Amino acid sequence: MTRRPSRWLNNLLWVVPLIFLGTLFFYPLVTILRLAFSETFARVEPIQASTILHPLWFTIWQAVLSAALTLLAGLPAAYVFAKFNFPGKQLLKVLTTLPFILPTVVAAAGINALLGPRGWLNMGLEQLLNVTSPPVQITNTLAAILIAHVFYNIPIVIRVVGSAWAQLDPKMEQAARVLGASRTQVTTRVTLPLLRPSIIAAALLVFLFDFTSFGVILILGGPQFQTLEVAIYTQALSFFNLPVAGLLSLVQIMCTLVVTWVYSRLARGMNIPLLPCLKGEGMRAPRLPVEKVIVALMIVFLILLQVFPLAALVSSSVTRFEANRGERGPIQTGFTLDYYRALFTNISNSIFYVSPARAALNSLIYAIVTVLISVTFGLMAAYALTRARHGRWLMDLAIMLPLGTSAVTLGLGFIVAFNGPPLDILTFPLLIPFAHSLVALPFVVRTVQPALASIPASYRQAASVLGATPWQVWTRVEAPIISRAALVGAIFSFTISLGEFGATSFLARSDMITLPIAIYRYLSQPGALNFGQAMAMSTVLLLVCGSAIFALEKIQGTSA
Amino acid sequence: MDTLTVDHVAKNYESQPLLIDLSLEVHSGELVCLLGRSGSGKSTLLRIIAGIEPADSGRVLWNGEDLTSVPTHRRGFGLMFQDFALFPHLDVRQNVAFGLALQRLPESEIASRVDSALESVNMRGFARRRVTDLSGGEQQRVALARSLAPRPRLLMLDEPLGALDRALRGQLQEELREQLHRTGIPAIYVTHDQDEALALADRIALLHSGRIEQSGAPGEVYARPASQWVAEFLGMSNLLPGEVIGTAPLTVRTGYGIFKPETAPEPRAGERGRLLLKPYGADLIPAAQDADTLSGKVISSTFQIDHYLVKLELAPGLVFDFTMREQAKEGETIHLKLSPESQIWFKEAQ
Repeated sequence: MTRRPSRWLNNLLWVVPLIFLGTLFFYPLVTILRLAFSETFARVEPIQASTILHPLWFTIWQAVLSAALTLLAGLPAAYVFAKFNFPGKQLLKVLTTLPFILPTVVAAAGINALLGPRGWLNMGLEQLLNVTSPPVQITNTLAAILIAHVFYNIPIVIRVVGSAWAQLDPKMEQAARVLGASRTQVTTRVTLPLLRPSIIAAALLVFLFDFTSFGVILILGGPQFQTLEVAIYTQALSFFNLPVAGLLSLVQIMCTLVVTWVYSRLARGMNIPLLPCLKGEGMRAPRLPVEKVIVALMIVFLILLQVFPLAALVSSSVTRFEANRGERGPIQTGFTLDYYRALFTNISNSIFYVSPARAALNSLIYAIVTVLISVTFGLMAAYALTRARHGRWLMDLAIMLPLGTSAVTLGLGFIVAFNGPPLDILTFPLLIPFAHSLVALPFVVRTVQPALASIPASYRQAASVLGATPWQVWTRVEAPIISRAALVGAIFSFTISLGEFGATSFLARSDMITLPIAIYRYLSQPGALNFGQAMAMSTVLLLVCGSAIFALEKIQGTSA
Repeated sequence: MDTLTVDHVAKNYESQPLLIDLSLEVHSGELVCLLGRSGSGKSTLLRIIAGIEPADSGRVLWNGEDLTSVPTHRRGFGLMFQDFALFPHLDVRQNVAFGLALQRLPESEIASRVDSALESVNMRGFARRRVTDLSGGEQQRVALARSLAPRPRLLMLDEPLGALDRALRGQLQEELREQLHRTGIPAIYVTHDQDEALALADRIALLHSGRIEQSGAPGEVYARPASQWVAEFLGMSNLLPGEVIGTAPLTVRTGYGIFKPETAPEPRAGERGRLLLKPYGADLIPAAQDADTLSGKVISSTFQIDHYLVKLELAPGLVFDFTMREQAKEGETIHLKLSPESQIWFKEAQ
């Protein structure tokens, strides 16, 4: 009696998540590959090499440049956070980290609110110089993309390198000093070599994010900046050229797989916390004058780069600078809640109009469904992984692969694979939360599985000996122990779903759009009202995701 | 002859005084063991001497030259850390060569000095090994070789055997002592283990309450502990509260009899304090006398190689240890005659 049901259950734990992944990830992926190969070679007109190589080249060099700039700005910041205490440090650390956790669309909107044509910088300069057109043209330039990438990814460098730096045994540096090394020699001969693995890991991770960057480039770069992601999107949705989109996806997957592989080899055994860690040991106040200058400069720099865009975003959502389209006569400038009110009304009376409130409701529903799906399957997969004797790496790989695949590729896969009954994107809106769940699943598994693995077998045995049935063992012993980890996974899933842009941009049709899609649409429309509403929606997302991260921090903080 | 002078050094740690007015001298060829409880500031003192941390006040001098403004890497001192702090990104050879390379010595000289340093700690065959693959004892040897290779003017060792297990410690202690004496480099050896200090030291300095409580040759410190704290720290726990009733000769009244200890600095009639009765030098006598006698019930008497360890109960809960040549019967009441030199009077701190 004891063996057979448990084996049956074990198989179920394996099979259900694998069916989910097989249908929603591997099948679309295979469809893309088939499409790319079969139609490419059957074509009368061969695809021009430049169609592929041009975006590939641009993607690589903008990613290299972005990653280099991020390291350049991030390493001193990591140093300051790892070594010094200063007033307001924890707050600055949380605020600095926030952009990475925010939806890309919100990050892009933040840069827009600060530096865009309607941003604070230009509005201020217009007043100051008494001109009517924005003096600083930064949107639709490479500079905007680079700034946004640094803004978005600097937290990775601060987290990964900063935590390695903070954990670096100060005795290493002291030992070098005693052996006769000057401060510079300590840095070049001890500190940097010891930090090298974490610096390389951070650089690769940042490169990977910049390589697969989509929302930022679409919103801030405009159509002339064709990265692989943007090219896949325009080929598929503007030119309906699915084979080329498939081929681009293939190239994209290969590149990300190589980088991910290199990264995971380097990161093996490294403890990389991506969330703010609010502890501080071995840190001190800056003492030497040069230290004080470095710390002060970094604080100013981080506030300008990391805090200003978010502050600009929030303040733009409640400030009116100019007349809305069609408004006449003198207008009231200054504080306003109009943009938030407008979220609930169809001012333009368009029949294609989807109210932002509806988009927010959609987002909420999708997020809840995503949490249900990813936590259920995540728990099953985590159990399967914990109990597995063989083939664990295969399961692990299957779960992690969607994370290494770009969101745009996921979206493309869905539209090529599910274009008819029984699963059709037009009639089956649950495909959106399914796509989100693919991205969220690895996070759930990665948080729940260690908690599960940490439960000693003796707990289950003790409960059984005391008379608990297997079900009671689960509800009374295991579930309470892993509930905290499951909650963390659920919050992760929730924020991932709320912010997901790449895959959703392929799948969201007419009235099924989500908040990030609505923000993108409003940002690409002219007029102060549309801009203001985009700011208002971004602020809402910012607050929700910010609170979610705050909750995560609290939950994880109390478990330590 | 070189001299390190620690001159009235004070240091606060998290706004609590850790070192208060600490002075110490170390001369060439001398191995000084700095002995104290954990948290007494021993390691901090080493870090101040090395220049890793600044003192709040006071100075560190080398042959009379003030080192306050000399940065760590120019002091020419060696410091061996408790957990060795070997550089994990370098192999054994590179670790030992680290200080030599910074002196810009020619490659050939570096190579030969690394070889001889590794040779001297019996680690020659380990040159190309990763330091993370070494056992604790091997790491300790490499750390010693790394500290000695640049030929420091002074070597400081911060509990160098503290991270190792007991069996290994005895063996390495012997090696360390031999190494340090051969090189003649003056050394400060920090430990909380009195047996280790006794085995190694030319001189012991006891650190307590931010000061050097007593300093001297090991035998001297044991023979004449300077304070009640020193006596207790060295494991002498036969202490009786009492009061001076006469000063010539010194006479002390306790709850368990009148005692006439050897002498004490400036005793005054009526002062209160504690009388230390050393465990050795007690003779069994048939009946109590009017002075220098202790009576009690034998709780246990155990044979230990060449003497008996007797636990004597003076009153319920008050048990003293004595070593005796003769066996005493358990449960029996006995009388001990204590020689004046086995008694030390500590007056109560004001």
